[in-house]
Amino acid sequence: MSLSATARIAAAADGGLPLLESDGPLALRRTRAATGWTRVTVVGAMSAPLGGDRLAIEAEVRDGARLLVDSAAATLALPGRSAEPAAYDVRIAVGESGVLRWLPEQLVSAHGSDLRMRTTVELAATARLVLREEQILGRHGEPPGTLVTRLTVRRAGRPLLDQELAYGPGAPGGWDGGAVLGGHRATGQLLVVDPDFTDKPVETRLLGEGAVIAPLAGPAALVTAVAPDALALRRLLDAALAELAPL
Amino acid sequence: MTRSALLVLADGRFPAGGHAHSGGAEAAVKAGRIKDADDLEAFCRGRLHTAGLTAAGLAAAAAYGLDPHELDAAADARTPSPALRAAARRLGRQLMRAARATWPSPELDALAAAFPRGAHQPVVLGATARAAGLGPEDAAHCVAYETIGGPATAVVRLLGLDPYRATAVLARLAPEMDHVAARATAAAREGVEALPAASAPLLDLTAEQHASWPVRLFAS
Repeated sequence: MSLSATARIAAAADGGLPLLESDGPLALRRTRAATGWTRVTVVGAMSAPLGGDRLAIEAEVRDGARLLVDSAAATLALPGRSAEPAAYDVRIAVGESGVLRWLPEQLVSAHGSDLRMRTTVELAATARLVLREEQILGRHGEPPGTLVTRLTVRRAGRPLLDQELAYGPGAPGGWDGGAVLGGHRATGQLLVVDPDFTDKPVETRLLGEGAVIAPLAGPAALVTAVAPDALALRRLLDAALAELAPL
Repeated sequence: MTRSALLVLADGRFPAGGHAHSGGAEAAVKAGRIKDADDLEAFCRGRLHTAGLTAAGLAAAAAYGLDPHELDAAADARTPSPALRAAARRLGRQLMRAARATWPSPELDALAAAFPRGAHQPVVLGATARAAGLGPEDAAHCVAYETIGGPATAVVRLLGLDPYRATAVLARLAPEMDHVAARATAAAREGVEALPAASAPLLDLTAEQHASWPVRLFAS
């Protein structure tokens, strides 16, 4: 039996959470945060989504609010009884002078699974964002499932970043060739949007063979990383995070 | 539409500067990811279904006559690598020069005036197709073909790969090029919001590595 669930978060400038709504496997908890921040941890969803499931998280960071969202465990996409792919939608909005750090654990695509993940972000002109996504292709030593992820970020109504990644047996051919992944089993992005980059854009910088920090066409920096496994990937992204947007 | 105009536009000898770019193949050869014709095929297939599909969608949309400013912004958002954004604008500028001389049209003049530093190449290609009396699917085919034709030619030069085998790779990918062109055209018909955004982490990453080399055979 596949399920459908939508969890909702709204953070306000006074540090409160006017909305904190868990649903089904998506359990949200307010957790201890650094001074000046509100923090929400996604504690469920560890064994979801299964094939056919439709999960969604909606997060609204209101004007002036500072929200950190993380998760207690990796999200593991597993095969389900349904032949339908699972869907996981993340819808984020950050208001004027709002700050969001969206730092969930990895997304692991288990053998036989089929997941469509879609993240859409609407940023006000003065909003700031740190967003990490990590895709791990298969648990240790197994071939991956099918994973299609789309990340669309708009700032002040204009497109800032739009990219779709597709891996695994259900993806178009060539995904494991020398143009796309070249045998790597972990890949990730770290996006930092900051209006201060308008006057001082980051400079392109290579982080070893597997990662690069580069400025986008708008006031943002994107880290693109590939690695043999989840641990090596996290090390690359943590180094970039400490440099670009230390807490 | 005239089929011969498509041949003129798609010909590698069309003077639009594409021959100076390897489409990421030079970096892939250096990293040991392309060593033979099989590797070239996997590389080209991956590039076709990612960067190729995305560029073909933009070109088809421009050929439909969608707003080039919106398309250029969509292209920027789909090109996180600054080296690839710079290459796309440089190629757009070069193509514009050749296109205005070949198929003079007020629409191309207006596009050139609106983007003095060059619009993204697929946007210019779509506008060129319009000026040449071609349709959106022709523009998408043209992009799909140049997406893999460039790397194949480059690898012949870089590895000394047998040109017959490189051409056979392109021929084997012909049905997939048709598929990508059809998908791109169908998406473009739905408008800018529906355009594909397929991307390839290694192409974005290695484009920046390649741009930092002091000596290289190809511009990208």
